[in-house]
Amino acid sequence: MFVPCYVDQFYPKAAIATLELLEKLGCEVHYPKNQTCCGQPMANSGYEHLTGGCNNLFVDNFSGYDYIVCPSGSCTLHIKEHLHADGKEEQATEIRKKVYELTEFLVDVLRVKQLTATFPYRVGLHQSCHGLRGLRIAQMSELVAEPFSKPEQLLDMVNGLELVPLSRQDDCCGFGGTFCVVEEAVSAKMGKDRVADHVSHGAQYITSADLSCLMHLEGILRRQNSDVKVIHVAEILNHSM
Amino acid sequence: MSREKILAAVKFNQPTANPLPDMEVLNTLTDVRTELLAKYKTIATAGGSFVYEVSGFDEIKTILKNEFKPGVKIISALDELSDYIYADTVKHEDGHTFADVELTVLRTNLGVAENGALWLTEKEMGSRVLPFIAQHLAVVIGKDDFVPTMAQAYQTIGEADYGYGSFISGPSKTADIEQSLVIGAHGPRSLSVFILL
Amino acid sequence: MSTATTKDHPHLAAEFNRDEPRVNWHDETLWWVRAKRDIAAHKLPEWELLRETASQIKLNVLSNLSTYLEQFEANAIKNGIIVHWAADAAEHNQIVHNLLEQRGITKMVKSKSMLTEECHLNEYLKEQGIDVIDSDLGERIVQLANEPPSHIVLPCIHKKKEEIGDIFHEHLGSAKGESDPKILTETARQHLREVFLTRRAALTGVNFAVAETGEFVICTNEGNADMGAHLAEIHIASMGIEKIIPERKHLGVFLRLLTRSATGQPITTYSSHFSKPQDGTEIHIVIVDNGRSIQLGREEFRNSLKCIRCGACMNTCPVYRKSGGHSYHTAVAGPIGSILAPNLDMKKYADLPFASTLCGSCSNVCPVKIDIHDQLYKWRQVIVKEGYSPKTKTMAMKAMALTLASPTLYRMGGKTGRLVFKYAPFAVNNKLNPWYNQREMPKAPDESFGEWYAKRKGAKNS
Repeated sequence: MFVPCYVDQFYPKAAIATLELLEKLGCEVHYPKNQTCCGQPMANSGYEHLTGGCNNLFVDNFSGYDYIVCPSGSCTLHIKEHLHADGKEEQATEIRKKVYELTEFLVDVLRVKQLTATFPYRVGLHQSCHGLRGLRIAQMSELVAEPFSKPEQLLDMVNGLELVPLSRQDDCCGFGGTFCVVEEAVSAKMGKDRVADHVSHGAQYITSADLSCLMHLEGILRRQNSDVKVIHVAEILNHSM
Repeated sequence: MSREKILAAVKFNQPTANPLPDMEVLNTLTDVRTELLAKYKTIATAGGSFVYEVSGFDEIKTILKNEFKPGVKIISALDELSDYIYADTVKHEDGHTFADVELTVLRTNLGVAENGALWLTEKEMGSRVLPFIAQHLAVVIGKDDFVPTMAQAYQTIGEADYGYGSFISGPSKTADIEQSLVIGAHGPRSLSVFILL
Repeated sequence: MSTATTKDHPHLAAEFNRDEPRVNWHDETLWWVRAKRDIAAHKLPEWELLRETASQIKLNVLSNLSTYLEQFEANAIKNGIIVHWAADAAEHNQIVHNLLEQRGITKMVKSKSMLTEECHLNEYLKEQGIDVIDSDLGERIVQLANEPPSHIVLPCIHKKKEEIGDIFHEHLGSAKGESDPKILTETARQHLREVFLTRRAALTGVNFAVAETGEFVICTNEGNADMGAHLAEIHIASMGIEKIIPERKHLGVFLRLLTRSATGQPITTYSSHFSKPQDGTEIHIVIVDNGRSIQLGREEFRNSLKCIRCGACMNTCPVYRKSGGHSYHTAVAGPIGSILAPNLDMKKYADLPFASTLCGSCSNVCPVKIDIHDQLYKWRQVIVKEGYSPKTKTMAMKAMALTLASPTLYRMGGKTGRLVFKYAPFAVNNKLNPWYNQREMPKAPDESFGEWYAKRKGAKNS
C-alpha cells in the first residue's frame, strides 16, 4: 500500500479503510513503513530535479510487490509518469507498471462485482482531474467517447447510497498543489463553485478518489459552517452501519 | 534578408519528418449521401437561412416580389430573373457602386449538408463584394447539388483555379455582445436559399 | 492602447475575483460556449478521428515547414500576390507602414488578427500618423474602450452589454442607456459600413495558408474581412509561419473542427479563400516569425505551434474562466498563451505556466491535440532551471525535498506539524497563511496512518 504523505498525516482513516477493504477482498497487504511521498508537490512546482532522493526512497520501499495500490489518483499518476531512479531504472520501470489507484485496482484487477458496504446518504462524486484525465478511471466530458466510471461502478454496489447529479461533472476543484496558495483567489473560487454545485444538488457527502481535492473542498465547507462532509471513496466502500 | 534568416532557422529547428495521415477512412465514413437535402435544410435554417424548395423560377420571382419592395436595387446573376439588373453587365464596375444594392441573387452548384454552406467563386459572384455589400443575399441551387461534408466539398472543388471563393453558410451575424446572437452584422442581413427541385 | 502592466497573474486574478458576481457571470458565459462546443462535437461520431487527423497533418507541417513555406510563397507569387517576410514584430509593423506610406494611405480598416495584437501594430501605426479601425465588432468595442481583447475569438467577452452601450453612446452616438445587442450591432454596422466604403487599405489575419495552391483562408461570421478586403486598393494579410497547411483538401479537416471547437457552430458564416488579387488591386502577405522558429526548435514545446487559434482551451479552462483573459497580460491568453508566451519572454511570462492546476481539460478539447497541460508542467521545470522562480520558493522546495527523502525527518516533521495544528493553531490559522484566507486548515488527527499501522502490527505480532 502506498499512502500519500498528507493522507498519512491528516486523513489516516482513508488509509485504514483502504487497508481493511483490500484485506476483506482477499489481498495480502503490506505497508512499507519507510515510505514518505511521491514527490509530486515539488515536481509540479517546477522542481522535478530535486525529487531524486524521494524517487530512490520510493523504489527502495516498493520494489518486489505484485501490485502497489494507492488511494489517490494524483499520486498514482505522478509515479506512473515520473518515477525514475538513477541506477535503479529497471526497478522504477517495474513499479510504474504495477502501481494502481484504488478504484482502478478494484475494478480492473480484483474485478469486484459486489460489496457488503452500506452508506445510506446522498453523495456527490467529485471526479479528480488526475484520476480522470490522467489515469482514465472514468470518461471525461471533453471526449466524444463511451461513458464509463470505475468509482461510480463501485459506489453503485453500496447499499442505500444515492449519487446526486451535478451541473458540471468534471470541472476542476482548484487545489492543484502549490497552486492553492500561489493562486489563492482563483483556487478558493474554484473550490467554492464545486462545493456550491454539490450542495445545490442536495449532497450530504462529497466523495472522491483523491483526498487532496477533498481537503480543499472540506476547508471551504468548514469555513461555511456547512453540514456537508467529505469522505474518501475507500471509507464509503468499506462502510458498515 | 529576413526571408533567408527565417527559412534557415525553420529548416534548422524543424523536427524529422512526420508523414501525412491517410484520409481514406475519414473520407469514407463521412461520405453518406442519404437525406442530404433534409439535413441541409435543417442545419441551414438553424443557422438563420431562409430555405425554399421551389419548382421553377416563377416561384422564385413570386417569393422575391413578396419579400422585396418594388424599386429597390436588385442585381441578379441569373438571366432567368430578367426583371433585375444582370450581374454580368455590372460586374466590372467599382465595388463601391454596389453600396445601395438591396438584394443580390446568385447561383451555385455546390452545397454542404453538414453545415449549411454554399460554395461560390468570383465567377458566380460577378464582383467579389456583391454578396457582402448587398443588404440581402439569395442563392439558387439544384436539389442534387449537395454533398455530405467539407471533405466531399473539396473533392468536388478539386484543383479548380479560382481567384476568390467563399463558403457562405447563412446571413452575417455576431454574438460579440454578451453572447447574444444578432443576425445581420457587416454582411447581408439575410440569406435566402432557393432549391430547384 | 493601455500600457503593459507589471502585475503578474496571481495579482491580476485576485483583483478580478474581488467582484464575485461578475466572476460568476464571466465563468458561466464561457462555460456555456464550452457546452455548445460539446454539443457540436457529439454530433460527429468521427470527432476523435478528425482531431487525430488534424493533429497528424499539423505534425507533418512542423516537420516540413521550410519546404511548405517556400512552396506557399512560390504559388502565391504565381497568382499575383506579393509576399513579404518579417523576422519579428518590429519588422512586421515597418513593412505594413511602408506599404501604406508608399501609397499615401493614412487610414486603414483591420479585421481580426491576433498576430497584429502580438505585434502591437495599431499602437505603432498610430505613432506614425495612421488611423486604424478594427472592424470585428468585439475588437471595435475594446478598441473604443482602449483595452486589448481578452479572448482570441470573443474579444470583449469580459464586457457587459450596458458597458458596451455606454461606449457606443460616447463614441458612436447611440442613445444613452441603450444596451439592446440588436440596436448596438446596428449602430456598429452603420458606423463600420462607412469605414469599409471609404478606406483604401484593409489588413486581415490568415486562418489557413495552403502551400499547394498559394491561397489563404479567412473565417468570419460578420463578413468584415471580406467587406474590407474587396473594397480596398490594397489588402494586406498578416500570418504567422505556423498557419501553413499542406494541401487544399486539408481544409476539409480543419474547417470542420475550427468553428465547432470555437463557438459550437458547424462553420462560420464566411470561409473566404483568397488566391489572386482583383483587377486593379493588390494583395500582400506578410509572413511573420517573431519567435516561432525558436519555439520550433524546442523539442518539448514545438507542438504548441499546431494551434489553429480556436480558443476552446480558454473556454474550458477553469482558471481562465475565473480570472479573465487580461490576467495573463499577453496577447494570446489562457492555456495556449501560457505555453507560447514564455518562449517570447521567459522572465515576463514566468508566472503563466503556474496559473493552472494541470487539470488537463485544455488538452482534451484541443482540436489538434496539443499536449497543453504536459507542456505547462515542462515549462515549470524550465522556468525554475533558468532561475525565474522566487528564491523563497526554491528554499522551501529544497527543504521539502530533504525532508521527504528521509523517513525519519518526514515522520518527525509530520508529527511536529500535527502538534502545531493541535496546540498552536494560531501559528497556521492567520493572515500570513494564504490557505487560511478562505478555507479552514485540515484537522490534525492524533496519530498518522504510519503510527496506527505500527501499533497494529505490534499488536498482531505480540
